[in-house]
Amino acid sequence: MALSKNDVAKVGLLARLALSDAELDTMTRELSSIVGFVGQLEKIDTSAVEPLAHPLDTQNVFREDVPRPSLSTAEALQSSPRHDGECFLVPAVLGDTGSA
Amino acid sequence: MLIPHRPEPSPPLAILPTFVCPPERLSESVPDTASAPVTTTATTVPYTTVIGLEVHVQLQTQTKLFCGCSTKFGAPPNTQVCPTCLGLPGSLPVMNRKAFELAVRSALALDCRIASFTKWDRKNYFYPDLPKGYQISQFDLPFSSDGTLEVVDPKGAWSRKVGIIRVHLEEDAGKSMHDEASGVADTRIDLNRAGTPLCEIVTQPDLRSPQEARAWLNELKLLLVYLGVSDCNMQEGSLRVDANVNLHIPVDGGPDAGGRIAKTPIVEIKNMNSFRSVERALAYEAIRQYEEWQATKAEMGKTPKQTRGWDDPAGVTRAQRHKEESSDYRYFPEPDLVPVTVSDEWLAAARQAMGPPPAVLRQTLATTWKISSYDADVLVNQGGDLVAYFEELAGKVGEGKVASNWMQQDVLRTLNERGGTIGEFPVRPAALADLIGRVAKGDFDTSRAREIFAEVLASGRPIDDVVASMGIAAVDDDELVALCRALLAENPKVVADVKGGKEQAAAGLIGQAKKKNPNVNPGKVRAMCLDLIRQM
Repeated sequence: MALSKNDVAKVGLLARLALSDAELDTMTRELSSIVGFVGQLEKIDTSAVEPLAHPLDTQNVFREDVPRPSLSTAEALQSSPRHDGECFLVPAVLGDTGSA
Repeated sequence: MLIPHRPEPSPPLAILPTFVCPPERLSESVPDTASAPVTTTATTVPYTTVIGLEVHVQLQTQTKLFCGCSTKFGAPPNTQVCPTCLGLPGSLPVMNRKAFELAVRSALALDCRIASFTKWDRKNYFYPDLPKGYQISQFDLPFSSDGTLEVVDPKGAWSRKVGIIRVHLEEDAGKSMHDEASGVADTRIDLNRAGTPLCEIVTQPDLRSPQEARAWLNELKLLLVYLGVSDCNMQEGSLRVDANVNLHIPVDGGPDAGGRIAKTPIVEIKNMNSFRSVERALAYEAIRQYEEWQATKAEMGKTPKQTRGWDDPAGVTRAQRHKEESSDYRYFPEPDLVPVTVSDEWLAAARQAMGPPPAVLRQTLATTWKISSYDADVLVNQGGDLVAYFEELAGKVGEGKVASNWMQQDVLRTLNERGGTIGEFPVRPAALADLIGRVAKGDFDTSRAREIFAEVLASGRPIDDVVASMGIAAVDDDELVALCRALLAENPKVVADVKGGKEQAAAGLIGQAKKKNPNVNPGKVRAMCLDLIRQM
């Protein structure tokens, strides 16, 4: 299965990757080869196979609703490129916030 | 390079509801359930407003959905975070049992079918408040679907059954703060909220007016608070509502006259911070869409779904910026969580643990205590603690109607004036029942009892103390006879009038009796005087 350059450009945008035209060409070729390899699976007749939600044959793993210590703010922020001691700082995001 | 990208609203799966033109009334008015119900006259508009809601509710757990960080509101930024909710490499989520149980409870309360097998999926998008780069949500196998919640007018004037498409369990994102006024270039991110358990409830487009939407939301909130699922505090973001709305407009007389129904493009409204905002935003949007339709004749399907934000101070909805790229969340099964299966025994236990929903409680109160369904509605809408107070009071008083009157006229009014909760109300049911009992015994009348009630509230002293210090002592019968005799001797004209058949003349004696002794019971004075006159 061959991917078009447009497909790859779209995937690149979704992944927030700014790809140059040359990079797009490389990516299109390499991704096509990966997708083609995985595409072999399509040759298998799976009509009698139940969909698999998880490879482990385990279910219902829960923890109890008991608080555990959190990190300190300093620890939480230490790997962040920019922070003000309280919050992570990122380039301005305008418009409304929060979505779930 | 990373470019912040706003996620599009999540699609309610492939089940985008089919809009069917309803046979219902074009428009109807429903009372404002937040205040005293008022019946207004229905206004007729040349279209039907079709509304569906998407509600996010924070579940009342101690800890987050996938880690042990506290969910307490109001903590300083980034003090309730750990490697899991920060999305640090190597961390793994483990499902909070309580969160799943509360989610199941809300779905049961909404009459949903609970799936025996459910799993979680990754919803991929980039946004700074989403540290992992994906949200753990549910895509094709939500834990519940196909429910319903009806809202009924307490006076029985109308009702509306709203279908629930699905309820699923997912994690919340963090909070972005941007101070546009200060001109500071950075957005600050607080991840305390990231990973908080949320139930997402998606309704069918079954609502037909902004007032109905508000009344239904009130009922939903009441239900979830009753069942201990969520505190539904909108100020703290525990309940968030988005609304989808469009209009069905009969063209050329509508289908009955050989015409058809034109449907305006669906608009999703966001940023509504109260149920009142929801009602106002929907009312505004209906008119806006009708005017736009008259100008452009644009119909659904020809333009992409639009998202508009509600600007509360301005009272308008505004188009939000269009994203050049349509939503593509590339959902795939979350490999770090195993599926959950729900057995019949589990469901039975969950049902058992659930208290009665408000709709059932209203009926129970009305029949058990012989009060009107309107009165039952007022009491139930105040919450479970108030109902418990009422039931204790009614049980001790033995008269539901009397107890209900005291609840509504005295207890509720005081709570409204002074604030506070029924749990900390200084006059407990036993004391109030004692007071009401003394009125029934004839120790004093209701208006005197109200004065005592007010004094007990003001001073915080026990009833007996107040009764004694106010000089209120039950007037014994000898005293009462002597007082009435004196009254009759002073009022020969009243005696003559009563003998002449004008019993109402005795009313004139009551004021005088109260002057002689403020503790006398007016009813008793009247009865005693009439007795004495008959014996004369």
